[in-house]
Amino acid sequence: MLSHFNFRVILQYLPLFLKGLWATSWISAISIFFALLLGVLACSMRLSSTGFLKKTAGVYIESMRATPLLAQLYFFYFGLPTLHINLNEIQTGILALSLNSGAYIAEIVRAGIVSIPDGQTEAGTAYGLTYLQRMRYIILPQALGVTIPALLGQFIVLVKDSSLVSLISVLELTRAGQLMASERFMPTEGFFTVAAFYLVIYFVLKYLSTLWQNRLIYREP
Amino acid sequence: MYAFYFKSLIHSLPLFFKGLWITILVSGISLVAGTVLGIICGIFRTVKRWGLSRIMGAYADYMRGVPFLVHIFIIYFILPEVGIQLEPFPAAAIALTIYAGAYISEIVAAGILSVPRGQREAATAYGLNAFQQMRHIVFPQAFKVILPPLVGEYVLLIKDSSIVSVIGLTDVTRVGWLTVQRIPEGIMVFGLVGILYFVICYPLIHLSHILEKKVSYDAQ
Repeated sequence: MLSHFNFRVILQYLPLFLKGLWATSWISAISIFFALLLGVLACSMRLSSTGFLKKTAGVYIESMRATPLLAQLYFFYFGLPTLHINLNEIQTGILALSLNSGAYIAEIVRAGIVSIPDGQTEAGTAYGLTYLQRMRYIILPQALGVTIPALLGQFIVLVKDSSLVSLISVLELTRAGQLMASERFMPTEGFFTVAAFYLVIYFVLKYLSTLWQNRLIYREP
Repeated sequence: MYAFYFKSLIHSLPLFFKGLWITILVSGISLVAGTVLGIICGIFRTVKRWGLSRIMGAYADYMRGVPFLVHIFIIYFILPEVGIQLEPFPAAAIALTIYAGAYISEIVAAGILSVPRGQREAATAYGLNAFQQMRHIVFPQAFKVILPPLVGEYVLLIKDSSIVSVIGLTDVTRVGWLTVQRIPEGIMVFGLVGILYFVICYPLIHLSHILEKKVSYDAQ
């Protein structure tokens, strides 16, 4: 298999792979941005004392976590046109990825917020801060610091999950490999190159996560 | 029109249940095999000899870095190049097993490392060999820590099994995909698919939460 590994064809397809890498990167970046917003929103809804908000966030989070992303992706891809909402494939992909990741981020942020001692909230209340001010100035800065490694972990998952949008024919990294495999009948070269590119992204993110963790440990004493 | 589509969806319910059975079967088999593989690799991960820890770390890193979709393409399209032709079902089961095994090995390794060193030292002092230590002292204690994330991992496994539909295995996601070509009501069809997954996964997520609470309660 490896004895006749054809590097020349990989070089020939390199522009396509780089295009795919770029698409994977920006689709993941936009999705993680929206997912963060959604996650923080859903989390604060879930922790609020209003029953309705709490339930809505609960239903959102649980339904996203208990169903596969692929089913969600198809749900939006085949379902939105019947509601006369026309999004293109990339927009549908970003929508599904953000909604899916948002639910996981809500749980991560919640774990971070719960880990902040009650005394912090009480002190904030004693200073006369409102709920939003407490969140903005006291709880969230601390909670997000603790959760950065978990959030980077979720980002890694999101980058991997973004490979699924190739199934609704968005040209990204996995799709580039599929194209090469089918055009040249070279699945070995195609898919191993794709795997190598994903591993590069993975190790960069893992390195960032380690850096941050070391910083947290360093700052503690 | 809705009524008509709804009726024909009801008529194709048996297909969905057949798909659900395939989903349960493929994830059930890989769940058992993946747990066995994960426990073995997780124990190896904590062994500091013969580079075992490094090899297992590389295995886990590879699986955590490469999407499952690419992984299943590698198993299904590249193995034939070296003369191993697999049907979709075994290919899916093998891919899921190897994938879940990596994640489970990380969970098991973390659980084993959470057992205090003194326990092992005491066992050595009692004259237990490495296997007996693992079997009677370390693993039973690690198991409590391992169980909640392990159940969580099973949920991920069942959800990841939806991706095997791309190599033509007729699981519940693929049944949905086939049905939506006939009944063009994506919300209805994939709503049903979602409900079927939810029915399996939600109790497991709940179980994982309960176990987690129990473990943190015991620790106090």
